[in-house]
Amino acid sequence: MSELRLMKGNEALAEATIRAGADAYFGYPITPQSEIIEYLMTERPEKRTGMVVLQAESEIAAINMVYGAASTGKRAMTSSSSPGISLKLEGVSYLAGAELPAVIVNVSRGGPGLGTIQPSQADYFQSVKGGGHGDYQLYVLAPASVQEMADFVSDAFDIAFKYRAPVLILSDGLIGQMMEKVVLKDQKDRMPDEEIIEKYGDWATTGKKGRERNIVTSLDLQSEKMEARVHRLQKKYEQMEKEDLRYEKIQCDDAEYLFVAYGSSARIAQKAVQLGRDKGIKIGLLRPITLFPFPKQPIFELADQVKGILSVELSAGQMVEDVKLSVNGKVPVKHFGRTGGIIHTPEEILEALEQKIMKDGSN
Amino acid sequence: MEVIDIIKPENKVFSKTCLMTDANLSYCPGCGHGTAHNIAMEVIDEMGIVEDTIGVAPVGCSVLAYDFMNVDITQAAHGRAPAVATAISRTWPDKYVFTYQGDGDLAAIGTAETIHACNRSENIVIIFVNNGIYGMTGGQMAPTTLPGMRTSTSPHGREIETMGSPLKMTELIANLPGTYYVTRQAVHTHKHVRKAKKAIKTAFKNTRLKKGVSFVEIVSNCNSGWKMDPNASNIWMEENMFPYFPLGDIKVKGQLK
Repeated sequence: MSELRLMKGNEALAEATIRAGADAYFGYPITPQSEIIEYLMTERPEKRTGMVVLQAESEIAAINMVYGAASTGKRAMTSSSSPGISLKLEGVSYLAGAELPAVIVNVSRGGPGLGTIQPSQADYFQSVKGGGHGDYQLYVLAPASVQEMADFVSDAFDIAFKYRAPVLILSDGLIGQMMEKVVLKDQKDRMPDEEIIEKYGDWATTGKKGRERNIVTSLDLQSEKMEARVHRLQKKYEQMEKEDLRYEKIQCDDAEYLFVAYGSSARIAQKAVQLGRDKGIKIGLLRPITLFPFPKQPIFELADQVKGILSVELSAGQMVEDVKLSVNGKVPVKHFGRTGGIIHTPEEILEALEQKIMKDGSN
Repeated sequence: MEVIDIIKPENKVFSKTCLMTDANLSYCPGCGHGTAHNIAMEVIDEMGIVEDTIGVAPVGCSVLAYDFMNVDITQAAHGRAPAVATAISRTWPDKYVFTYQGDGDLAAIGTAETIHACNRSENIVIIFVNNGIYGMTGGQMAPTTLPGMRTSTSPHGREIETMGSPLKMTELIANLPGTYYVTRQAVHTHKHVRKAKKAIKTAFKNTRLKKGVSFVEIVSNCNSGWKMDPNASNIWMEENMFPYFPLGDIKVKGQLK
């Protein structure tokens, strides 16, 4: 039975991980996401579903544990916050290179460096522009509510296994820490070992039984083979753009101005849309749900309709680059966002639109 | 005995290890890695456990272990094999999981993963080939490089004052309650090969009994990195490596010797 509960974003994500039929979680404490591993340890998922939960010695060990479990066809997840994600990126690159399915969660905080434990969206570049080394992309989901913190877990595993690729859930300290109502899905069974062996027998290292040996590696010393691998990855990313792009349009039909915002900023921008409309300014909001693939075409099309676009994010201006690329110079695009853990208010966002776009609309 | 008699099946005294592939070994002639591979694969074959065995390959000379060992293998990031093996063993508790790592991988960059996997008593076998040098990258100083030993990054010899002492990882992890069997072996003579193989078999048997970490160090040579011919390198190893890294069991059935 699905169940209605009042939960923190981090806890909802943890509960949803058990219910998604995940096989393993490997984590390391870091604020503001430690509730995920705390919740899992408290819940004893090994008793509920047989899911393994382990506190690793470091973020690096945790992501490599995910790599190990994923290499055998198991559904594995790790979570961290910005500095910890930086540490994991070598392992993420290996996951992408070795074509392994896995889910990584970033409940991001302000940076650079040790930064602050307050919410931030300054990991956009890190999430969608590589982060780790090499020619790879992550499929990136950006939840904007506690409900989506829960829902995106099973979505992320589905995508990870569809493409045999790592998937990132990019949340932030605000979504992770706030409490909202959430409808939890029914418990999904974990996949039995025999089914894993049968289903993923063409690649997973589950033991050489009735077949040739399987090898999981990201190494190709022959350049032609390595290039073929890179091409194979790029094909996946093209397919993601075609089949699994996700975004939401809010009050865009008659919009003369547009906000583009994801995650917590989208929630605040939605209020700013309302404030603007109360003043007679027709504003719409486009919320990218996937940051990669990015909703380039929908933004490109809206640029024919609106007079200007404000990209709103809790950063010094990162996603704005992709918005500009999508708009391709058709209308002015400006960035607005607070940093350092300060969360912008709807009033600030509306004022930024008025000042940066409506008053000074130069591109 | 005529050749025709020699090749009769009943007169066969040795055959190629069936769990070694036909790929040409990428190791330098005279290197101990090939023998270490061989005996590990012989043990898995003799125990009849290949269908339930998953290996974890490192970064280093044996990064391509999966080309030679005919078992399922996941190749890990540099130093992280014990973490990778941890997850495989935890999610497949009835499988035989082993790592095969060199000294740079296990005792430098992977120090934390090694110590913590041992401390958690993960039910895995760790085969640690220690040749006192980074072979793959061209002979740089390793955590196990002996005092005074010349490498490309200690061209004047390892100076203890500035570069520290060779790390005895095996003794270090033997002191952790999580390790069950810790031993140091060699593979440069028939006698040593037999002993090392026995040690590896003990290690895999411990996995079957879910005893936790079994750690088999193999002190080996790196004739090309040490700039010696194979024979000279083995003699140098006996005279210099063995006094610092003495062979024999360090911990048996959870008890320090």
